[in-house]
Amino acid sequence: MRHISINKFILAGAFLVTLASCSKKLDLFPQNDLTNETTYSTAAGYRAVLAKVYAGLATTGNAGPAGASDIQGLDEGSQSPFIRSFFNCQELPTDEAVVSWNDQTIKDFHNLSWSSSDPFLKGMYARPIYNVMVANEYLRESTDDKLAARNITGADATEIQSTRAEVRFLRAFNYWVMMDIFGKSTFIDETNVVGTTLPGEKNRGELFTFIETELKAIETELKTVKTIEYGRVDQGAAWALLARMYLNAQTYTGTAKWTEAITYAKKVIAGGYSLHTDYRQLFMADNDKRTNEIIYAVNCDGLHTKSYGNTTFFVHAASGDDHNEFGVGGGWYGYRATKGLADRFTDLSGTTDKRAMFTTSAFGTSPAQIAISDVGNFANGLHVNKYRNIRSDGGTVSDVNRDFADIDFPIFRLSEMYLIYAEAVLRGGTGGDLTTATGYINLIRQRAYGNTSGNITSGQLDLPFILDERARELYWEGHRRTDLIRYNQLTTATYLWPWKGGIASGTAVDAKYNIFPIPATNRTANPNLTQNTGY
Amino acid sequence: MLPQKLMKAASLIILALLAQISFAQDRVITGKITDSKDGSPVQGASVVAKGNRTGAQTGVDGTFRISVPATVNTLIVSSVGFATQEVSIEGKTSVEVSLVVVNASMGEVVVVAYGTRRRGDLTGSVTSVSAKDFQKGNINSPEQLLQGKVAGLQVTTGGGSAGGGSRIRIRGGASLNASNDPLIVIDGVPVEGNGVAGSANLLNSINPNDIESMTVLKDASATALYGSRASNGVLIITTKKGMKGKMKFTYNTMFSVGIIGDKVDVLSGDQVRSIIDADAAATGNNTYKNLYGQSNTNWQDEIYQAAFGFDNTISASGSLGKIPFRASLGYLNQDGILKTNNFSRFSTAINLNPKFLEDHLSVNVSVKASQTKNRFADEGAIGNAVSFDPTQPTTTGNKAWGGYWEWLQNDGNPIDLSNRNPLGLLNLRDNRSKVGRVIGNVQLDYKLHFFPDLHILANLGMDYMSGSGNDNIDSLSPTNYKVGGRRTYYEQQKVNNLADFSLFYTKEIKSIRSKIDVLAGHSYQSFLTKVTNLPSFSYRAIADPTRPGKLDTIQGSEPTFLTDRPEYRLESYIGRINFTVMDKYLLTASIRSDASSKLNPDDRVGYFPAVALAWKMRDDFFRTSNVVTDLKLRLGWGITGQQDGIGYYSYLPRYSLGNASAQYQFGNSFVSVLRPEGYDPNLKWETTTTSNIGLDFGFAKNRISGSIDFYSRKTEDLLANVAVAAGANFVNEIVTNVGDIKSEGVELTINTTPVKNKNLTWDFGFNYTYNQAEITNLLKNPDPNFKGQDVTFIGGGTGNNIGIHAVGETPYTFIMYKQIYDENGKPIDGLFEDINRDGIINNDDRYLYKKPAADVLLGINTQVTYKEFTFGLAGHGAFGNYLYNNVNSNNGVLRAIKNPINFIGNATTDYLNTGFDNNRYFSDYYIDNASFFRLDNINFGYNVGRILKDKASMRVSASVQNVFVITKYKGLDPENASDGGVDNNIYPRPRIFSLGFNFDF
Repeated sequence: MRHISINKFILAGAFLVTLASCSKKLDLFPQNDLTNETTYSTAAGYRAVLAKVYAGLATTGNAGPAGASDIQGLDEGSQSPFIRSFFNCQELPTDEAVVSWNDQTIKDFHNLSWSSSDPFLKGMYARPIYNVMVANEYLRESTDDKLAARNITGADATEIQSTRAEVRFLRAFNYWVMMDIFGKSTFIDETNVVGTTLPGEKNRGELFTFIETELKAIETELKTVKTIEYGRVDQGAAWALLARMYLNAQTYTGTAKWTEAITYAKKVIAGGYSLHTDYRQLFMADNDKRTNEIIYAVNCDGLHTKSYGNTTFFVHAASGDDHNEFGVGGGWYGYRATKGLADRFTDLSGTTDKRAMFTTSAFGTSPAQIAISDVGNFANGLHVNKYRNIRSDGGTVSDVNRDFADIDFPIFRLSEMYLIYAEAVLRGGTGGDLTTATGYINLIRQRAYGNTSGNITSGQLDLPFILDERARELYWEGHRRTDLIRYNQLTTATYLWPWKGGIASGTAVDAKYNIFPIPATNRTANPNLTQNTGY
Repeated sequence: MLPQKLMKAASLIILALLAQISFAQDRVITGKITDSKDGSPVQGASVVAKGNRTGAQTGVDGTFRISVPATVNTLIVSSVGFATQEVSIEGKTSVEVSLVVVNASMGEVVVVAYGTRRRGDLTGSVTSVSAKDFQKGNINSPEQLLQGKVAGLQVTTGGGSAGGGSRIRIRGGASLNASNDPLIVIDGVPVEGNGVAGSANLLNSINPNDIESMTVLKDASATALYGSRASNGVLIITTKKGMKGKMKFTYNTMFSVGIIGDKVDVLSGDQVRSIIDADAAATGNNTYKNLYGQSNTNWQDEIYQAAFGFDNTISASGSLGKIPFRASLGYLNQDGILKTNNFSRFSTAINLNPKFLEDHLSVNVSVKASQTKNRFADEGAIGNAVSFDPTQPTTTGNKAWGGYWEWLQNDGNPIDLSNRNPLGLLNLRDNRSKVGRVIGNVQLDYKLHFFPDLHILANLGMDYMSGSGNDNIDSLSPTNYKVGGRRTYYEQQKVNNLADFSLFYTKEIKSIRSKIDVLAGHSYQSFLTKVTNLPSFSYRAIADPTRPGKLDTIQGSEPTFLTDRPEYRLESYIGRINFTVMDKYLLTASIRSDASSKLNPDDRVGYFPAVALAWKMRDDFFRTSNVVTDLKLRLGWGITGQQDGIGYYSYLPRYSLGNASAQYQFGNSFVSVLRPEGYDPNLKWETTTTSNIGLDFGFAKNRISGSIDFYSRKTEDLLANVAVAAGANFVNEIVTNVGDIKSEGVELTINTTPVKNKNLTWDFGFNYTYNQAEITNLLKNPDPNFKGQDVTFIGGGTGNNIGIHAVGETPYTFIMYKQIYDENGKPIDGLFEDINRDGIINNDDRYLYKKPAADVLLGINTQVTYKEFTFGLAGHGAFGNYLYNNVNSNNGVLRAIKNPINFIGNATTDYLNTGFDNNRYFSDYYIDNASFFRLDNINFGYNVGRILKDKASMRVSASVQNVFVITKYKGLDPENASDGGVDNNIYPRPRIFSLGFNFDF
């Protein structure tokens, strides 16, 4: 009896050990994730990654509005989004925007006093490079060889091959952002293998060449204007980016390219676009219908594409008690413009120039209202009611709570191309003429005024007028800093606006603020990166 | 699921063996066991018949009763902390035994990693605390039993919530971004550190009354056998076991009431009105004057309550047939001092320890099962009670917003970004959870019949946790009215299976008074989480009128995946040799290899060796001394690891699917995205090397005893979250192995007995800990401009942080602006020093200033016993620690009263000191010295003795907890469980009065 028990026990013990060793499976894979191979085994997988390349400009991560951020170590809603970061860099340092919040260093932007340890700049640097990474991954995985190896053929393969030009456009656009804001960039393309070597750097000129070359290479590969489904880029986008880049070529490379700016602006203008009759509808919840004028927009949706840093930010940050007029359920009481923007308009009421969208039930446009005595007081300043999460057709917006906006963010609009054409002509570019330029400007103004009362003569069309007209037409769309730099007014005493440089009356600042510093953490992580002068 | 099957198989084997047991017994012996020191009764001593398996246990009055066979002549009496004695019972029916205390008792058995050891033979830095030395009073969670008791151990409760958890640090922790929590081992089962959904504190599932002892393993030579989970020390919890003998019952009951001590000093309604009046007169702007009300509401008085607690445990211990067993049932019901907060626990623990096959096979079956229920209060009420307008009444008398007064917009809806009525937050939310937990293990210890020096131990364990809950927010709540209220149900399970199999070989070599112990084993453990994702529902039949098909499902709440099963597994081999020469020189050498599923197959195995030497010096130098009664030198060295900072799958390239709110529109459809995830194929363990020198000493017959330890520790390949070169990986920050941190410290423990006579004993003990940590490297590529890694995010603004991990500094050092003061010492609003003298005040002007970690920790405890009375005190303190007063930086400004979003709030009285208009979050003015000493406990006890015609004995105890705090800190409470040292609206720790009764029968 005893021996039987002992033997049983020893057997049981041996059994345990054997089982324990058998079950030692240490190779585990997460239930809900995919391997690279499964991801790219179907055309739908490619489409999902393509969507991610596009979405990098609209969302902040894999969980909308927040929770699975693409960018780590920063506030997901305020520091990692593309649109909000881009807006902070392009608008806050100018007369067009000022913020009342106490979020970290946010006030340094309007004060033109940022440093290389600025967390918002970390996000501004990280976001475009992240988008480039994903674009490169897509390009690596969509080569003809890989498609063939994965048995993706026929229409699927053709479609995937055609998307490569779109992805290259998006990569070029992200590099343009880096070139404009930081003046140089970490540089990677599809040949850089993930996780192996430290990337190198391209300076402004090199970036310019790269973007120009890429855009010209894909110009013919992209679909012709308006032949691709909504949300994706076509030839118009590549031309528009080239036109914008050539307009600023002197800033970027020291060599002006006015003629090329005219050439590419003309290509867009001839592409089949037309100004939408109602300016205000370009920035409403259903502006996805404005493909007549909008060349490329970043798509946002209150239900499906949620982020605290896409157009949702515009409608919340600019609103207070008057948030219903912005189409949202609550205001964030933060951003508004200075008197500098107000002074571009002769009438702020919006009855003459309909682009003057500054009056709500809570805020008017009285001089006392516009004057800012305390930057921290949201009530002071010119309130901007340009973006509205309200449908022009009277329908309901996607988000029943009205927390997240449906408005798509226009990257390129036809009117910008008219303005580029006119400015390049004035600055001496060839291939265009003053009469056409004046005609284009008057198209913009007739739409704004609803009649010809705002029209100008070719004699009135000069460079200061263009700069002002750009402010009137394009304010809060992310152009102002680039424009002021092109006119050498961002840091100089030529033009002072309230609180420029942190002084109520405005002051000139060091010229180094024409360009942002490379965030110190990036240089720590990658010794190949160099700092901009003065930081 | 294999281990579960194994457990079933093992249970069957045990049952088969149980069937062989027979019964027999005879004469009765009674007696009393006392402490030789003062004659006080020794409770819970074990009395066993020699050569037989019957036994008994003493009650609170020290008496016992045992039936022994006629053939038995000797009883063996033992108790933790006393020398074991053999007593002859030849011709006697009753005996009195006086046990001799072995202070720091050399003979006492201490639970260590994978085994036990006599205290006198310990070679590592190990502190064991048994039940009699635990913190007294109303304690709901086991770790709090050790507060202030052990040098080198810091237990900081997160606050005063019912059943809430604590931050446990052994020697301050060895890591930076990875976990600094110690490994917790419950009866041989290493348990999961992360909680299960619905549980605020996993340890609260264990009834403190079931715990026999807790052992703290501090240095690497003591912990290294736990390998990759051992760097932050190990806390071993051992529950009470069965005692042979007649069935004995113990019943403990305790009633307690907790009240709030201090509250945050805020302005009254009158003060707020006069500030606004003055401001309106100065500015001519009456906006705010038109907003205030006429009440004087003290919101903090409104949200706190007296918290009642009721804790009962009944246990039975004895022999069931011939199987020693112990079983207990416990029920605790504890209110929190914040209204609506409640915690309850129903627990049971069963231990069976039979022996079979002529004692060759020892079986230990242990099951601890509990169900805890939480009603979580919305702790947002704490901050809102500080900041809510005191000029307004609590309720309106209307139905809107539940009847609670709220700040409304013109359209009658609440202002989105305003404060919320704290009472509304509490009463309009019903957030309850239920957590079931079973920790069970079966240990089979078989001593080979043909080779008794060798025995085989199989330990099969399981820790199963199941949490679920309902978090319901009323449709009238201002926080969720837009969706018509929110009902959320959640659930999650965790299964942790363990299969250990080891061989022990013990050989005594009598000729040279030497002994050798060898352990070789294999261990396999898996940690599986079963996640269920569910949407939230509205109280409305149709949550979203634009999507009627979705009925009451709230938009955006639908999960991407209904389930998930994250899991990691660990397979290990362990080996250890204990070699004792001449009972004087002791050597311990051990090694563990861990293979983890979290790492790349090519380098997933890590080796963690340790070695320790001890020399009982007294035998060589003070053999005949009456002064030096104990002296032992210990030297230890070892390498341990850390893997808690590594994601389960972070070495793998993979794609993850975005959710339905992160899609992108192509044409008329929204496409879900697939995102490539960042990964680091070269991830490996973080490794910590620790050296320890310790001296154990005892003087004057151990009337003074203690130990002192010096240690130095260096952690390399830190699992730090560092910036990745942009463009080099799919993430801009990744957890990777980079950097080093070192720490060193001293620990001193002294226990004394200044007075000891027949009626009166006075014990006094204290422990002292000094610890200093420094980051020595954080970079892969040296960079002179590198300032450090931002940490410590605060409340207020978005993304504001005030701490930094900087090379050459203590982790979490504060980085602040230097406040400028006027000639009266008053801080000037918004004026800071331009540290780098570049004419601009920006982020570059922040400087390193103080740190949140304490330099010195202190614990004291004392007990006086006079006849049947006891009186005790226990306290602990921390020195050299600083806190950031986020309550004041957020609320101590005019902007908090005159909120720019057109509502009125309240300010803390610190506003009267600063007069700041705007928040100055980064001012070093808000960094305060938070050194403190807290008297944790005053307790009284009285031994009533035998009652109910001698059928039972009773003891009465009363205690006051959290008696007082001595500190210079201006905030509410200087003791703070956040690593970054941010004091922001902690749940106040109550002062608790309790009365307990203890019965044995």
